[in-house]
Amino acid sequence: MKEKELNKIKEYKYGFSTDIETIKAPKGLNEEVIKFISKTKKEPKWLLEWRLKAYKRLKILKEPNWQKPKYPKIDYQSLYYYSAPKSFTEKPKSIDDLDPKLLETYKKLGIPLQEQQRLNGIAVDAVFDSVSVATTFKDKLTEKGIIFCSISEAVQKHPNLVKKYLGSVIPITDHYFATLNSAVFTDGSFVYIPKGVRCPMELSTYFRINASQTGQFERTLIIADEGSYVSYLEGCTAPMRDENQLHAANVELIALDDAEIKYSTVQNWYPGDENGKGGIYNFVTKRGACRGKNSKISWTQVETGSAITWKYPSCILQGDNSVGEFYSIAITNNYQKADTGTKMIHLGKNTKSKIISKGISAGNADNTYRGLVDINSKAINARNYTQCDSLLIGNKCGAHTIPYIKNKNPNANIEHEATTSKISEEQLYYCNQRGLNQEEAVSLIVNGFCKEVLQQLPMEFAVEAQKLVGISLEGSVG
Amino acid sequence: MLKINNLKAKIDNKLILNGLNLNIKSGEIHAIMGPNGSGKSTLANVLSGKKGYKISGSVLYEDKDLFKLDIEERAQKGLFLAFQYPLEIPGVNTSNFLKTSLNAIRKSNGKKQLDALEFLKVVKSKAAALKIDEKILNRQLNVGFSGGEKKKNEILQMSLHEPKMAILDETDSGLDIDALKIVADGVNTLRDKKRSFLIITHYQRLLDYIKPDFVHVLMKGKIAKTGCSELANELEKVGYENI
Repeated sequence: MKEKELNKIKEYKYGFSTDIETIKAPKGLNEEVIKFISKTKKEPKWLLEWRLKAYKRLKILKEPNWQKPKYPKIDYQSLYYYSAPKSFTEKPKSIDDLDPKLLETYKKLGIPLQEQQRLNGIAVDAVFDSVSVATTFKDKLTEKGIIFCSISEAVQKHPNLVKKYLGSVIPITDHYFATLNSAVFTDGSFVYIPKGVRCPMELSTYFRINASQTGQFERTLIIADEGSYVSYLEGCTAPMRDENQLHAANVELIALDDAEIKYSTVQNWYPGDENGKGGIYNFVTKRGACRGKNSKISWTQVETGSAITWKYPSCILQGDNSVGEFYSIAITNNYQKADTGTKMIHLGKNTKSKIISKGISAGNADNTYRGLVDINSKAINARNYTQCDSLLIGNKCGAHTIPYIKNKNPNANIEHEATTSKISEEQLYYCNQRGLNQEEAVSLIVNGFCKEVLQQLPMEFAVEAQKLVGISLEGSVG
Repeated sequence: MLKINNLKAKIDNKLILNGLNLNIKSGEIHAIMGPNGSGKSTLANVLSGKKGYKISGSVLYEDKDLFKLDIEERAQKGLFLAFQYPLEIPGVNTSNFLKTSLNAIRKSNGKKQLDALEFLKVVKSKAAALKIDEKILNRQLNVGFSGGEKKKNEILQMSLHEPKMAILDETDSGLDIDALKIVADGVNTLRDKKRSFLIITHYQRLLDYIKPDFVHVLMKGKIAKTGCSELANELEKVGYENI
């Protein structure tokens, strides 16, 4: 391959950092830092107490270590837990008041925040390090009674909703990283769709880690009230740095009777360089509760970035006839590692779940699907269908499938299919002979392999995701 | 178009092509026949650029060194190989593959890329002209195709690409008479003064429908005999042993 092309490939498009003055909490993790965060955000007392309770719990918890990708011990005392642009001491009233450097950053990332350049029909909440910097299309959504704002703003303006639902799916007594998040979460998005409302546009949050030595702990809370519908999308990028940065977000979804939430993720955190140096640790807890009857939660994830991806977007199917879906593409290249999958907890009658997982591994990478299908004795006529496909590129990568099935119900119907395949030299030769170069050939084959999942993404993002699939595997053959 | 001079090719230290000479001019159709293991498929592979061969000798394609071009560059410059065993690529839609490959070639030649609608129009008319069922377009590339369907798909791609130099590697093997006619039609429709063909075959059967300008007999990695199309009939009667 020509050298110029190779350099272009090695480059992570979003690897720049923004030089901006920040306000940070003192380094380290302790009660004072938590109080600092809570005070800076002018939080009510109940929330501070909630955080402190989580912190107390955290002190007796141990980091889990059953996952496949191991990582060096994280020194939690050497991290910053809060970092915000200085211009945010008083939150700017409108997007036009934003620091031009921030506007420039988002423009470079392809997420225009300014009125005239906004993406058509997609409302965006932009999170920069620890704070939400802007939410677009707010007025249009307010007309329908939809609340879409940063969680900090929701705490101030809609305290009853936040108090009722925050921690109701991921309690503060959960596992280590989830509880860490509860103690120190900084910002994230909040969505409430009122009864019977179909959200007229895609809602989207764009997460950006900028500051170094900073962990990002967002909290997202989405509530779909009875008979409502929302499609939500998150995207993420970070600068290229030699250090590993921790991203431990919590996402909670609640769907009430007859409501539907579609949650899509295109994760493109900095994966580290080709020798495995640097990159984000993406240790995220995502969980949805189908609380009402006939409700539906659908997770779609395209995971291409991060040094280590470790997450299991899950569904608790409480309501009768509720449906949980999980569509996943996890791509690992170079020294990236992923241990990802889902948990489908069937509690209600006639609950259904569907899991489609596509793992792609190249270079020296390692990719694990790990999933749990848990059918309770009360979940009469529960059904699950699981399909896990792995695709290997080259001889040094690994793919593993670990499906756990717990069934306490004799009339449950559980199906599991798994395949492992490899892109063969012969297939590439055939594609080359038809005029496609190696990268185009791999991209075409991999996109074909992932098609079922890509089809689940909203149109505008499916095209982007397809390109991303190709880009993240560039340099993996030849 | 294609000048092959003293071509030798080894794989795993086994000499397969042993000083092959062949000159194909624009507009000519050459047929290569020969027994199993004589090097027919190796010749097709080496010309298309398949890796794994140790090569000496020279091949000029349009007066330029063919070996300096990558596989895809050869394809982009109009060299097409219809595979003996077309590859299956699960998940990849046939129509999408054909479009992506055609556009890659068009792009490299500075031509406008076709959008989905333009492409469909072109591919459907080509398929209809060759009497190929367009249903194959909606299936995964070669997956679950019968032997005949795979070969027809190769011919459809050849007619889409309109190559300057087409090599058919035993495309006729295992085909029924109807499919054989489709292959012959594909070649005959494209046949013109600027385009050349190298047709590798075991049997004289295909040459009943495509009249080659020359027939060569390949034995032990070399051209053992060259003649006009009657040579094929003779071979059919007396066999390779008696040449």
